[in-house]
Amino acid sequence: MLEYFWLIPLIPLVGVTINGLFASRFIRNENVTGIIASGCMLLAFLIGAGAFVQLAGLPVAERNVQIELYDWLDAGVAHMHDNEAGVTTARFRVSFGFQFDELSALMVLVVTGVGFLIHVYAIGYMKHDPPDPGYYRFFTYMNLFAAFMLILVLGSSYAMMFIGWEGVGLCSYLLIGYYYQKKSAGDAAKKAFVVNRIGDAGFLLGLFAIFFTFGTLDYDGVFAGAAHYSAGAGVLTFITMMLLVGAVGKSAQIPLFVWLPDAMEGPTPVSALIHAATMVTAGVYMIVRSNVLFSLAPTTMMVVAAIGALTALFAASIAMVQNDIKRVLAYSTVSQLGYMILACGVGAYAVGIFHLMTHAFFKALLFMAAGSVMHALHGELDMWKMGNLRKTMPITHKTFLVGTLAIVGVPGLAGFFSKDEILWNAWAGTHGSAWLWAVGTLVAGMTAFYMTRMLLLTFYGNSRMDEHTEQHVHESPPVMTYPLIVLAILSVIGGYVGIPANLQLGPLAALHERIDITRWLEPVTSGTRAQEAPGTGDEEHTAAVAAAPLQIVGAIGEPVTVVLQEERSEQAGHQDHTAMEWTLMLISTAVALAGIGLAYRVYAGGGVADEPFKRFAAPYRVLWNKYWVDEAYDAVFVNRIKDLGRGLWVLDDALVDGTVNGIANATLQAANASVEFDTRVIDGSVDGGAGVFWSGSRVLRALQSGYVQNYALIISVGVFVLVSAYLFF
Amino acid sequence: MDALGLNHYLLLSALLFGIGVIGVLIRRNAIMVLMCLELIFNAANINLVAVSRFRPDLAGQIFTIFTITVAAAEVVIGLGLVIAMFRNALTVNVDEIHLLKG
Repeated sequence: MLEYFWLIPLIPLVGVTINGLFASRFIRNENVTGIIASGCMLLAFLIGAGAFVQLAGLPVAERNVQIELYDWLDAGVAHMHDNEAGVTTARFRVSFGFQFDELSALMVLVVTGVGFLIHVYAIGYMKHDPPDPGYYRFFTYMNLFAAFMLILVLGSSYAMMFIGWEGVGLCSYLLIGYYYQKKSAGDAAKKAFVVNRIGDAGFLLGLFAIFFTFGTLDYDGVFAGAAHYSAGAGVLTFITMMLLVGAVGKSAQIPLFVWLPDAMEGPTPVSALIHAATMVTAGVYMIVRSNVLFSLAPTTMMVVAAIGALTALFAASIAMVQNDIKRVLAYSTVSQLGYMILACGVGAYAVGIFHLMTHAFFKALLFMAAGSVMHALHGELDMWKMGNLRKTMPITHKTFLVGTLAIVGVPGLAGFFSKDEILWNAWAGTHGSAWLWAVGTLVAGMTAFYMTRMLLLTFYGNSRMDEHTEQHVHESPPVMTYPLIVLAILSVIGGYVGIPANLQLGPLAALHERIDITRWLEPVTSGTRAQEAPGTGDEEHTAAVAAAPLQIVGAIGEPVTVVLQEERSEQAGHQDHTAMEWTLMLISTAVALAGIGLAYRVYAGGGVADEPFKRFAAPYRVLWNKYWVDEAYDAVFVNRIKDLGRGLWVLDDALVDGTVNGIANATLQAANASVEFDTRVIDGSVDGGAGVFWSGSRVLRALQSGYVQNYALIISVGVFVLVSAYLFF
Repeated sequence: MDALGLNHYLLLSALLFGIGVIGVLIRRNAIMVLMCLELIFNAANINLVAVSRFRPDLAGQIFTIFTITVAAAEVVIGLGLVIAMFRNALTVNVDEIHLLKG
């Protein structure tokens, strides 16, 4: 199976081909289309799972399978920068290659696994009465998205990642604008595309800088080349900052997060798959993949951590007061992505991926459960028009409850483990600090608050639906509820692949011995794999590289280094850590429970609006208006660009069009003059000549009377005249 | 004016010619036109005979006999044409025959 891993991204493309070309014309069966699309995802998942198992069976050093399908770009010699030899040249050569290592394998399982469940869910969700003619288009785009996402995570070079990066952006655009007849959906799609473009520009600059610096875009070559640089090198800071811009765009961080809440205009399965579980995590994946570079740029790491923490806080605070069920989840996603970025920023890359995974489970679950509610309520999004749905929608309610508990971080569920790991690393990680931890903990409390609020408003209290809607409320069909159940199970057990150090007791310790996500990802996240890569250069560098891992591994933070620390017999320090970790864990759990409690106090009564918050009218209004970020962007950028456009239009109208129209007018005038000349002079003279002959012939015609005697008379007169002339002159 | 001189004959001939020409020009009946043509012929014949009589040359008188013969044949053709004309147009009035009108 492992040798066929490159088929994984190609299989969804088969679905794209079948559904895209034949479904609406020849197949014309929604179920068949849905089954083809889901089947492709399932097949990709099975291959991915098989390859994953085989990869796990290999020795650690060999867990990086690469394949080059063909030479994609070979653009000849280009300039590059070398810190030793000055400016040299390198060949710009990119092969269409895939790479299957621990990180890619995990991402493949998340993308195809969650993706498959969402595809199955969409079969039911997208079915309408009367049938939606875009049904086939929807599944074509979904499969196309999966293909690009898999290329993104499986590519063996930054160029391949860029293909996937742009491809998922395209699919995101297409699917946000799926209901293109709705203006708001079209606007949201455009907004997402444009905002992403800003990030993509940064990413692209990063790629240019990478090639300029390292002479290659292959991960192995880049990471091996990075060993030549000392920490804090300016060029690496530049590269990582540019990559960060890309990640900020794709993963919806401050300041480019504005597109994600609007992206909820797309169908709910799209929100679940693209805008919660997979695509938006591409930025996190990219940072983790580039961890060798980021670890060498401490300045960037600080920025990454700060952006992550601020975004988490910012988005969570907005989510606390929104009423649109999908928007709350959207801001929640931004906030959770902030957590992941924060984890990367403090050097805990594996933890970032860990949270990425658990978040994919419970956020996809929450979105799909919210979609299930919308499905039952004819597309109602306002939580104040729901309520008491737990009786009528028991499965949706229970799975939503599980998802809520998981994201809130109730001990024992997936979110608890990954969030706790992030908070611990925010405190104790290489780049961690107390205030990052404090912000993270505060966000945990806010998360608990808004999720509990949402749960209570939607499923508990009194029904606030109108008569007609209430009569038609129904539980969703099994095709929608089964994926929810599977994801609910994953949301419960997903966290046990990364048990924190202080909880490694008894059976959990045994489990930790067998399965641990940080240990699994360590060859990638510690950078050791990259240092072992061949072609590092001369002996001297190899020696320097060999010394590097210890330093970098030491920089990763507690979860990764715990084994090393044990080896180093730093038992005392370990004890300290454990005590501290317990303390922090208890605090964050307490904060989360406090958030739940507060929300319960305010909203459990049901039926009251945000009354308690009217007392804090000013902050409430700030949050309700989302800090006026959109308005500020409109004022500062959008409207200025519009003004520029308008100005250019005026310029175009006056100058360019003026010139063109002037020339046109002049030509017209000349043509008119020419016409006048033609009609008057040329035609006049021709007609005049004709007229002369015309009137002349009219006179002469009279002679041709046809009477023979006239002719005879003329002859006679003529003869008479001639003879007279002859005789007398 | 003791005897008839050449000039008398020439004068007669001129008068006859003039009557003939005017007849040709003003008569409407095709047959009358033909008859006036005969007058013109005969005016010429008188000229020939008279000049021949007053000069020692008989060629003119002999030529006249030929002319009369040919004139007879010409009248035959002319009358034939008139008959053909009458059959086509049902008239012998030359005013009504103006196919040559331009």
